[in-house]
Amino acid sequence: MSGNVIKYEMDNIDTDVIIPGTYLKIHDYNELAKHAMEGLDPDFPSKVKEGDFMVAGKNFGCGSSREHAPIALSTCGIKAVLAVSFARIFYRNSVDGAFLLPIEIDEKTYKSISNNDELKINIDKNEIINISKNETYSMKPFSEIISKIISAGGLFKYKK
Amino acid sequence: MNITEKILARASGRSNVAPDDVIFVNVDKIMLHDVSGPGVIKVFDKLANQGIDTSKLHDASKVWVAEDHFVPTAEKISAENIVKLSEFTKKYGIKKHFKYGLGQYGICHTLSHEEALVSPGEVYVGGDSHTNTTGALGAFACGLGHTDIAYVLLNGEIWFKVPETLYFKLNGKLPEHVMAKDFILKIIGDIGTDGGSYNTMQFGGSGIDQMSIESRLTLTNMTTEAGAKNGIIEADKKTIDYLEQRGATDLHEIKSDDDAEYSKIFEYEASEIEPIVAKPFSPENITSVREVSSIELDKAYIGSCTGAKYEDLLAAAKILKGRKVKIRTEVLPAAISIYKKAIQNGLLQIFIDAGAMVGPPTCGACCGAHMGVLAKDEICISTTNRNFPGRMGHVDSQTYLASPLVAAASAVTGKITDPRDLN
Repeated sequence: MSGNVIKYEMDNIDTDVIIPGTYLKIHDYNELAKHAMEGLDPDFPSKVKEGDFMVAGKNFGCGSSREHAPIALSTCGIKAVLAVSFARIFYRNSVDGAFLLPIEIDEKTYKSISNNDELKINIDKNEIINISKNETYSMKPFSEIISKIISAGGLFKYKK
Repeated sequence: MNITEKILARASGRSNVAPDDVIFVNVDKIMLHDVSGPGVIKVFDKLANQGIDTSKLHDASKVWVAEDHFVPTAEKISAENIVKLSEFTKKYGIKKHFKYGLGQYGICHTLSHEEALVSPGEVYVGGDSHTNTTGALGAFACGLGHTDIAYVLLNGEIWFKVPETLYFKLNGKLPEHVMAKDFILKIIGDIGTDGGSYNTMQFGGSGIDQMSIESRLTLTNMTTEAGAKNGIIEADKKTIDYLEQRGATDLHEIKSDDDAEYSKIFEYEASEIEPIVAKPFSPENITSVREVSSIELDKAYIGSCTGAKYEDLLAAAKILKGRKVKIRTEVLPAAISIYKKAIQNGLLQIFIDAGAMVGPPTCGACCGAHMGVLAKDEICISTTNRNFPGRMGHVDSQTYLASPLVAAASAVTGKITDPRDLN
């Protein structure tokens, strides 16, 4: 899995900026994607490309339980969000619905990665390679159940 | 085990659970509303396309449905969502559908206690992050997304990692002008919006014992703003009486064991807590009301599952009685049952005499949906739960979170006002 980075150097990116409340009535994925990150960066949908990664700080996705948030990001093309930590509902929505990978990184890795860097992520090795900077970082391994749900392709395909 | 662990052990068929255990638990109650419902329908459609059987629910009698976010229907799309919701409940035989304009209806988290839909010791999941609210009744109450709710509807169970528990002990009774809202804002200010992440936040101590059920519900409601998996309070006689008055039967008190373990204990003296606001743009950004008393306001909003229960309206009415508001003020009771009680006891008369507007039960502007959303640069004091950028409308509007007493006092002066300083 490889792609370019769109980095927001901030903590607590909440679901109200990822997809504002007024759009909660919308359930058409493509329509939601047009408003992804509108509260923070209205140009996001036009600059994101299929396969890109988002990088952010602590407590990514805090706030509401709206599944619209990982849906809007993944429909725009985001394959993984790399953050120092995640709010719990965003995390499990991303995994159980198989929308994108929530990858936890440490502070140092977060600081090392820059906007537009090209990354290659190898989940099996818990490894992130920064092709632009010729650096390698490690990601926090997924817990056993998360790993199994990801491999299955979402909660409905996971067999207990 | 503590109360959360006891409930999760029972629901997973184990004699014991401990933090970090990953378990599948049987769910006792499930809630969806006009945002998560259509989201779940979308998941069902996807599953049907993949050949997964969605023709019947695991147990429709455990499910109830609220209409609250975009009602009364805000425009065409929300009207269509309400129609979809009715088709869904009819198709799957869900009897408990609280339709707006058709008897009792209101905000989902308010209905959960007003209608005694959840009992102590139960596992309750809802398609809304503030599902945590209902934990004040001694239940494990947790918010989930559409895929997870769809999974529970079809399978009757869901996975959880057993959380660690943070225990918040309140010693003594809160002072006269201080409400549960001030206490929970103080806690969020202390631990931060990720201070309870993945954990349980349990409340106890003499201050909680003395507290009304509605005040307890304000505490658990905003555990969501600290990132908690659930908020919980041991069910006591007060809980049982409250639910029995609303028609529930066969209820049991449920408490932590004497040797229960908590990962951290926080202790607060009630007498030291003051009226507090959370400044834009985070619930953790707290200060004492007197620190920001020069802030001029455009609007006061008394609404939501957090701040429009009967007791909240009563607090606002105490301030507004015989006074006039100086800024636009909206009061939206959180359920029709509360609205009715507010009429019977003269509260709505007080609000209207003061110059405020009384609206219908709805999540409304709390989530920026409709019914009073904020314009660019508008500043609002609100009894709601979040003040992230754009939460209540324009991304450059500002929301100060406060108790109903502070919101009402501020409505009277047009500036952020400590109720103790009102003439």
